[in-house]
Amino acid sequence: MTGENFFFHALVFLAAAVISVPIAKRLGLGSILGYLIAGVIIGPFGIKLIGDEGQDIMHFAEFGVIMMLFLVGLELQPSLLWRLRGPILGMGGLQVCASTAIISLIAVAFGVPFQSAVAVGMILSLSSTAIVLQTMKEKGLMGTDGGQRSFSVLLFQDIAVIPMLAFLPVLAIGAGGLDPAISSTDHAPEKGALWVEGLPDWLHAIVIFGAIAAIIIAGRFIIGHIFSFIAKTRLREVFTAAALLLIIGIAMLMSKIGLSPALGTFLAGVVLANSDYRHELESDIEPFKGLLLGLFFISVGASINFNLISEMPDIIAMIIFGLIFIKFIILLGVGRVFKMSTDQNMLFAFALAQGSEFAFVLFTFAVRNQVLPVDTANLLIAAVALSMVLTPLLMLINEKLIQPSVGVKERDAGEADAIDEKNPVIISGFGSFGSIIGRLLRANGVGVTVLEIDSDKVDLLRKLGLKVFYGDASRYDLLHSAGADKAKLIILAMDDHEKMLGMVHTIKKHFPHLSILARASDRTEAYELLDAGVNNVYRETLDTSLRVGIDALRALGFRAYQAHRASKTFRYHDEKSVFELSHLRHDKKGYITNARQKIEDLEQLLLSELKGEEEHLDAGWDTTSMREEASKVK
Amino acid sequence: MESNKYENHILIIFAHPALQKSRVNKVLLGAVRDIESVTVHDIYEFYPDFHINVAKEQKLLKDSDIIIFQYPLFWYNVPALLKEWQDLVLTHKWAYGKGGIALRGKKLFCAITTGARESLYSKDGFNRFTIQEFLHPVSQLARVCGMHFLPPFVVHGTHSLTEPEIISHSEDYRKLVIALRDNKFDLEAARKFKRLNEHMDKVIIR
Repeated sequence: MTGENFFFHALVFLAAAVISVPIAKRLGLGSILGYLIAGVIIGPFGIKLIGDEGQDIMHFAEFGVIMMLFLVGLELQPSLLWRLRGPILGMGGLQVCASTAIISLIAVAFGVPFQSAVAVGMILSLSSTAIVLQTMKEKGLMGTDGGQRSFSVLLFQDIAVIPMLAFLPVLAIGAGGLDPAISSTDHAPEKGALWVEGLPDWLHAIVIFGAIAAIIIAGRFIIGHIFSFIAKTRLREVFTAAALLLIIGIAMLMSKIGLSPALGTFLAGVVLANSDYRHELESDIEPFKGLLLGLFFISVGASINFNLISEMPDIIAMIIFGLIFIKFIILLGVGRVFKMSTDQNMLFAFALAQGSEFAFVLFTFAVRNQVLPVDTANLLIAAVALSMVLTPLLMLINEKLIQPSVGVKERDAGEADAIDEKNPVIISGFGSFGSIIGRLLRANGVGVTVLEIDSDKVDLLRKLGLKVFYGDASRYDLLHSAGADKAKLIILAMDDHEKMLGMVHTIKKHFPHLSILARASDRTEAYELLDAGVNNVYRETLDTSLRVGIDALRALGFRAYQAHRASKTFRYHDEKSVFELSHLRHDKKGYITNARQKIEDLEQLLLSELKGEEEHLDAGWDTTSMREEASKVK
Repeated sequence: MESNKYENHILIIFAHPALQKSRVNKVLLGAVRDIESVTVHDIYEFYPDFHINVAKEQKLLKDSDIIIFQYPLFWYNVPALLKEWQDLVLTHKWAYGKGGIALRGKKLFCAITTGARESLYSKDGFNRFTIQEFLHPVSQLARVCGMHFLPPFVVHGTHSLTEPEIISHSEDYRKLVIALRDNKFDLEAARKFKRLNEHMDKVIIR
């Protein structure tokens, strides 16, 4: 690809995404359908802005799927994965076996040779991880029962691809024999030879186990230190580079030893799910994943062969309908066997009824191994692609038509199992200031999510069982993954004032529903925060100073209640003056320096107090005037 | 507590939000502060933030035989903190209700000051009700808790009291508290009067 060509493609893809996705979202279709439609439009059967290179781009973009699985792994604590073992093995196993069997039987009934029928059954039993997870995330369904179980089944299918790749050549019809290059590169086909090529099977197995063990051990004991070292440089882009390096490295390693790169990165994700840098990694990889997945969906759209479809629309339509219908029924049955509630079962079945992106690779692989004739494979690839396109629509139908009648009982109920638990309060900065607030809230049963930039502190707080997010809290993505869209209020308790102002800006822009309570070290900071639009400002020394003042008054013989009320009165005036002076400041000329400003503020403050308007807050207990009246009566 | 030495232990729950402005209560309080077997509990001084330590208060009550609510009558009522104190300290199953016998048999009365003269507290007077009527909530509280409610000690007309008059009242108060402590007090006789300090000579036993 020449440079010019690259820019042209980038222009086409980005423009297509930027135009079609917002429109699709606006129409309530979701971003994936937007990408897919964009792909169809710019593709060889649309306005022909891209041709066959769409296929190459798809292979490149499949890297987005790898990243997605890494991110999914990151959100999955090993303990949670262990708890999901039932659904993964049970439901996933049942779904794949039943679908393979039934689809194969139907194929045989239509006169397809037995071996080919089994291959078709296996390949079509898979569902699209990319589309399902992305749609569920977008709709906020990942935490529901249906979402978790869909994820479990998809995970099983991703694992099942590996034995399928090994098994397909066995099904070869005719004398082609086994293709030695069992390129199990389901996502990003590596043209280079496998390292394990020519090794005996037992050695191959050892290599595979060794590689998996290496990932687990490195993830647990080594990677954390490396990231910690990199984080200390405080160079964000180096951290991002390290994160990408990790994923690409694992993907490469997996491809070279004949394993699925997606599974490898998923495993790495799970291992790192407990690490301090989980959220930082998440924030760094997320935009790459999003863009690459978008690219992937566009290329899926572009690769749909409309010539083939227009040649035999009835057959294709029948295959698509049959595929979706059969898978839907089987999924419903699986859900029933595993006692899912009706509404969640519907979600589960509608979500997983399509073909998989693995199918493109597997069908091509099957053709190469003479398991399937090219024509059949092309037909099925077109059908699978269209079934993927239909998925967002099916989920829409489920959401708008089916669910209202079944009753959406568990929509994002946020059970203990849910991948994302959302707390109503976010505290940014958990130093001496924020920790007191956090303790008070937790003592009263209020869930608190903590954002903290100090990695040593993060470690400690996590050990104490707090939900802590590590990273730069002024960034949109970190706020987002911390659940800012679901939270009710955010408390800014860090001591970096500049960062806090940046955060206020981000929050005001992206999460305007959040109430902001902010710490300020002095009046000047308070003014700036108020100007930035913070709801409430708390000067960190005010209350402590006043308490010392109360005790000083008491030590001098003042009544406790009098001193208490005096401090309340003082505080009321002081807070009021902050608001008043913050407005006054704007009347001044812009050239007043900050230092000069501080002196002027103090001057104004002292002057207003010297005026000493005698407050009669205690007049209700003052009988002087009544005594005067009584003396007149006498 | 020196409960062995004296017949009764007396607890004075004192409530005045602005004692620094007080003329009468300040002197009354000064007259009883140093009496043995009498605990003066100045609640506005203890709980300026209204955060009452219920267990501590209940312990104080339990260790006493006679309880006095001393306060200025503001708007015909107890000061805010004394109301909060009643609500929080006199709990169900402790002070009343099933098993709530902690206060049973103890004596309770109010020692109050009013700005207005005594004559204004009558059916035809400016305030339309008698002091006894204004004290109904406290008297009923005592009844529910199984306590004997005594007539109040009242200093009327504080707005026009002279210093010697105030001192005279404070001496009466002191005598009354000491007599109660030593069981030198004729309860039956006292019940016939509107207030304990109406005829001090007739109720204190020599």
